[in-house]
Amino acid sequence: MIEQPEPLHGVLARRDSIVAGLRRLLPESGVIAEPLRLKPYETDGLSAYRQTPMAVVLPETTEQVAAIMAFCSSGGVRVVPRGAGTSLSGGALPMEDAVVLGLMRMNRILDIDYADRCAVVQAGVTNIGITQAVSARQFFYAPDPSSQLACMIGGNVNMNSGGAHCLRYGVTANNLLGLKIVTVDGQIVDIGGAHLDAAGLDWLGLLTGSEGQLAIVTEVTVRILRSPEGARAMLAAFKSNEIAGACVDSIISSGIIPVALEFMDRPAIHACEAFAHAGYPLDAEAMLIIEVEGSVAEQDDLLGRISAICARHDPISLKVAESAEQSAAIWKGRKGAFGAVGRISPDYLCMDGTIPTSQLPAVLRRIGEMSASYGLQVANIFHAGDGNLHPLIMFDANDPSSFHKAEAFGADILKLCVEVGGCLTGEHGVGVEKRDLMGVQFTEIELDQQRRLKSAFDPGWLLNANKVFPLTAALRAA
Amino acid sequence: MIPTDEAGIVAAIQHAAGPLAIQGHGSKLAMLRPVQAAATLSTAGLTGVTLYSPNELVISARAGTTIAELRTVVAKNGQHLIAEPPELGALLGSDQPGTIGGAVATNLSGPRRVAWGAMRDHVMGLRAVNGRGEILRAGGRVLKNVTGLDVCKLLSGSHGTLAVITEVTLKVLPAPERRATLVLKGQHPAEAVAALSAALGSPYAVSGAAWLPGNLAALVPSLGGLGGNVTLARLEDFAPSVAYRSERLRAELAEFGAVEMLDDAASAALWTDIGNVSPLVHAPGAIWKISVRPSQGAGIVDAMQAIGATCMLDWGGGLVWVSGPATAAAHHAVEAATSAAGGVWTVMRAPDPWRSAVAVIPPGPPAMAAIGARVKAAFDPRGILNPGRMVAGA
Ligand SMILES: Cc1cc2nc3c(=O)[nH]c(=O)nc-3n(C[C@H](O)[C@H](O)[C@H](O)COP(=O)(O)OP(=O)(O)OC[C@H]3O[C@@H](n4cnc5c(N)ncnc54)[C@H](O)[C@@H]3O)c2cc1C
Repeated sequence: MIEQPEPLHGVLARRDSIVAGLRRLLPESGVIAEPLRLKPYETDGLSAYRQTPMAVVLPETTEQVAAIMAFCSSGGVRVVPRGAGTSLSGGALPMEDAVVLGLMRMNRILDIDYADRCAVVQAGVTNIGITQAVSARQFFYAPDPSSQLACMIGGNVNMNSGGAHCLRYGVTANNLLGLKIVTVDGQIVDIGGAHLDAAGLDWLGLLTGSEGQLAIVTEVTVRILRSPEGARAMLAAFKSNEIAGACVDSIISSGIIPVALEFMDRPAIHACEAFAHAGYPLDAEAMLIIEVEGSVAEQDDLLGRISAICARHDPISLKVAESAEQSAAIWKGRKGAFGAVGRISPDYLCMDGTIPTSQLPAVLRRIGEMSASYGLQVANIFHAGDGNLHPLIMFDANDPSSFHKAEAFGADILKLCVEVGGCLTGEHGVGVEKRDLMGVQFTEIELDQQRRLKSAFDPGWLLNANKVFPLTAALRAA
Repeated sequence: MIPTDEAGIVAAIQHAAGPLAIQGHGSKLAMLRPVQAAATLSTAGLTGVTLYSPNELVISARAGTTIAELRTVVAKNGQHLIAEPPELGALLGSDQPGTIGGAVATNLSGPRRVAWGAMRDHVMGLRAVNGRGEILRAGGRVLKNVTGLDVCKLLSGSHGTLAVITEVTLKVLPAPERRATLVLKGQHPAEAVAALSAALGSPYAVSGAAWLPGNLAALVPSLGGLGGNVTLARLEDFAPSVAYRSERLRAELAEFGAVEMLDDAASAALWTDIGNVSPLVHAPGAIWKISVRPSQGAGIVDAMQAIGATCMLDWGGGLVWVSGPATAAAHHAVEAATSAAGGVWTVMRAPDPWRSAVAVIPPGPPAMAAIGARVKAAFDPRGILNPGRMVAGA
């Protein structure tokens, strides 16, 4: 289990007056302090970690957020920002002495401008909500995390979330134009706007992926894009991970960048097939889902080229969708992957390292060996084009030793990712989960540089202080 | 000082007695504010590609490697630099080539930026030396990485004020098999931006969207003497796609006028010239770059005409290059028009005393000025790296 900082006892002792102070800033329903009603906020997508916060506030305007931050910072009260709470790294895990600042009531779309191809939305709008708002005009917001029905744009910005299509369209950072933020001391600031490039330092780039460490995001200006004429998927199954990896290399080196290129290993194929009956080949060791875009003729051309490449890699089967329905069927298993693994094992950890794609076969081999030595099953799903690996480690939450083994197994996988030239997290963030592994990827000098950067925004370390950085002696003692 | 390795950069910073002017080959010294420093620290001695893995879509090079060399290396594998970093030496009155470290430190991108992101969007990793003489690695060599605060993005576009970039790792992509350009003639800026908006809002993946007034178009050889104002939209992809999309886009743009086509070779030359702002190279006076909401681009052009300045548009109207007299009045006109449109300006070329005296970029919100000063101190507590490059006294 990952150590939490010592709560600020002076703050806990003032709990009632802090809650009363917050109630003066917000309407009745905007402050939650009753133990039973705090329950839903005690965890996020990393449900093995739980902590009831001191209070939850649910502001509806940027001005309310500013008032809350001014109040908390003047009282030295810690704040944990929260969107939908789908973080898989414990990014929204509360602290005992903290106020959870939930953005879910700020869920309005403020402006859509098709000519300038941008939209201004509040931080609590869901990811899918943006695409739904513009889809009638055949536009979309490109980053599409699998959690898109629930997760919110403010959370996406703070995690710099990706999705299945980021090989073509980039991650959140590549699809933003501006932010409205509230600084830790309660100042409202506009960063960027509807224009493409900033003059001066790239605050937008720095704030993106900052995991609630630097400021509260209340509004986001996103780029919206015109949808392609159409898209279609194909499925290719192979006799080994090595062969599938070589096939990915051949596709990329032919000059084709599919919009999605997903890799599943044998356990993942079996789990997904049992769950979704998508027609996945059960005799395969590895499978690719490849999607292309364009007119029907363009899709035919690209899928034809890719099929020819796959055919040179001794495939077990090749299936090119002939229709949108067949495409959806191919995606069905992959999209249900988490649910599928959840059926085999109610508890699993979803890891998220990135590796150089050439290392895939070797890394999968090592993960297989670790799985045997830890005695825990693992299924691997992989964004093959960009090297982002998602091993799902299955364990039994009723058995504490099983959870500890799963955590150790996960840490070993992430260390391996760094060892082969990759990183600890490709899209889920460091949160609490990977906090204590930061030293594997960064030197102490580099971590101190990042800590000073946080201090420049948040001198008192009030924002999300239990995440991202290994605890310093000062935070431990508090 | 021109060290030949990173250790030399570290030593130069550790032993610096006072401010250092940081540069590559110095091709962009004319932009922003002149730095007052007794010594210059150049990365031009740090050269060479250190890693190139075409199938993993990454290349790493030491900061002093020229953009031209990098472009040649990736072209041998049929790939390209996604953001099309421009060669602005000629525009900025320098005969020096741009380095990749300089392109990242200034975050300058070419025409493809409108569809495929800026230079900073493709920086996967950096090595740099901060003002304390410490080596920092940010990011890495993989395409997806959200580990820790994004120091890569912060250092990209920081103009050497926080750290000296010693090595960069970029994402690269396959170069297109074919290019084509659709040309509409005789449009005023507002009509042009409307047409370009339609093109960029089409499903045909337009990757360049520019407008040149007739006097500048006449200076571009690849336009082959097309008279009058030109509105330009580029397509890049596999040949069958470009053929198909050209026809569809031509039909969609028909409401804006007759469309002419430029072929692959002409398109390649044309968009290089637009990226390098070649039509304004010989214009006297000052040069500004304005980044603005695309639909406001045309209004800026009109406002600039009123003070006798000439403009060209890129990024569908979102990038305005302005050439005008190097006078305080002209600068104030740029500031006023840009602020009113909610955009940002950058002084790209102007006489030294003049650009020391004006706001070369907008001041930004006061809260960020305070945070910015603390960020600067967090990297460069002695204030020795390019002091005053962006803002006087910082
Ligand atoms: C089933 C499932 C599938 C997933 N698939 C993907 C995927 O494909 N790709 C991917 O990248 N991620 C994925 N995730 C992870 C998660 O959905 C993303 O990290 C998402 O962006 C989190 O959004 P949220 O609104 O839930 O934020 P939260 O979990 O509430 O918060 C995330 C972090 O951001 C901070 N934060 C939230 N809002 C703000 C704000 N307004 N201002 C400041 N800080 C804020 C929080 O403190 C926290 O550190 C998945 C999660 C699940 C459960």
